[in-house]
Amino acid sequence: MKTCLVVDDSKVIRKVARHILETLDFEVREACDGREALDSCLAAAPDVILLDWNMPVMSGMDFLLALKESEVASKPKVVFCTTESGMAYIRAAIEAGADEYVMKPFDRDTLESKLQIVGMA
Amino acid sequence: MTVTVAIPAVSTRAMTVLSALLEARTGQQLASYRSWRLDMALKPLLREREIDTLDQLVALLLDGRDATIGDRIVEALVNGESSFFRDQPVFGLIGKALVARAEASGQHGQRLRIWCAGCATGQEPLSLAMLFADLAESSGIAMPEIVATDVSEGALARARSGRYTQFEIQRGLPIRTAMRWFNGDRGDWVAKPELVRMIQFRRQNLVSEAPPPGRFDAVLCRNVLLYLAPAIKARVFLSVADALAPGGVLVLGAGETVIGQTGLFEPSRAYRGLYQRVAAGMTRNAA
Ligand SMILES: C[S@@+](CC[C@H](N)C(=O)[O-])C[C@H]1O[C@@H](n2cnc3c(N)ncnc32)[C@H](O)[C@@H]1O
Ligand SMILES: [Mg+2]
Repeated sequence: MKTCLVVDDSKVIRKVARHILETLDFEVREACDGREALDSCLAAAPDVILLDWNMPVMSGMDFLLALKESEVASKPKVVFCTTESGMAYIRAAIEAGADEYVMKPFDRDTLESKLQIVGMA
Repeated sequence: MTVTVAIPAVSTRAMTVLSALLEARTGQQLASYRSWRLDMALKPLLREREIDTLDQLVALLLDGRDATIGDRIVEALVNGESSFFRDQPVFGLIGKALVARAEASGQHGQRLRIWCAGCATGQEPLSLAMLFADLAESSGIAMPEIVATDVSEGALARARSGRYTQFEIQRGLPIRTAMRWFNGDRGDWVAKPELVRMIQFRRQNLVSEAPPPGRFDAVLCRNVLLYLAPAIKARVFLSVADALAPGGVLVLGAGETVIGQTGLFEPSRAYRGLYQRVAAGMTRNAA
């Protein structure tokens, strides 16, 4: 079973994502900000991370840069999942090392297709 | 306590006229639709023409003064669903089959031809164009000619515009591919002109009109034949078979097959999931 870490400060989004991911047979973990996510990754690296951009404490972008520098052994796939849909944001995310990008709102088909693209579903 | 939900009544007469219209124009059978689906599909058109019921719509149709109403009804009733790289693995197969074909012909510079029959709002031919732009770069084959047809003018107009919502763009399309081939425009994504230019869009009715001229190395006819009556389906297979160059491949939707539908095609041995013409002379046995 593959593990997905859902990182989002919105409880509702985490719940929706968890529900979809569980129907896709993922084991789901949650974090409310980048700091928590980093701790979670250091404890045990997930296979894939669904990552919000705007979060308190540590943003998705800062998390992504910190993850690259970190000791996290196997680098998880990172799918940005954010309301930011401008080309500049997307480009920045890709340059920072994101593997895929989902613009909110999303549904099951979208998430499944993005996870397939990164080789996880 | 029982709660009664008011389901708008669709009169049998309206059902009969509308399904006859759809079948006459496209061969598509409405039998699989329930009446509420019919109602939902036509609601925007009713609103646009400022009428309330399907019976009024039928009256408008039979009256004959509104020249476009028939087309609009048909366009609202056909299933036009599509997505980028739908059933993704099949695109890998198409690429492999056509690169091998180009190489076998020994004429690298010669352009292969692909016919996308029932292209709906364009995601399928655009996916092919993006795929082959990459393959042209990596394997050196010439960019194939892509002809995309549909019976629906409305769908074709959208396809030609290359404009997709955020929702449509992120179903099946990797973000890097979207960034390379589309521009952002007021929340939508618009295919770059050089991508759209790789495709010739034409209106064509698969059931009643001849295929686009010339022979094709691959024909995609995916999720179009599902609702055709068997006799009409057989006729479409015949015309597709005629349009296919010797050794060319037929591509159907993921849930579709030729088995039990036609004796003209058989599963390809080299590319599982694609179909090829049964060798001449074998047809009768296979039928
Ligand atoms: C469900 S869509 C499939 C789109 C695309 N091939 C795919 O698989 O994603 C079916 C399309 O077939 C078209 N179609 C239905 N009957 C047709 C006919 N008789 N001739 C040409 N196109 C037809 C419809 O207008 C619609 O756009
Ligand atoms: Mg947030």
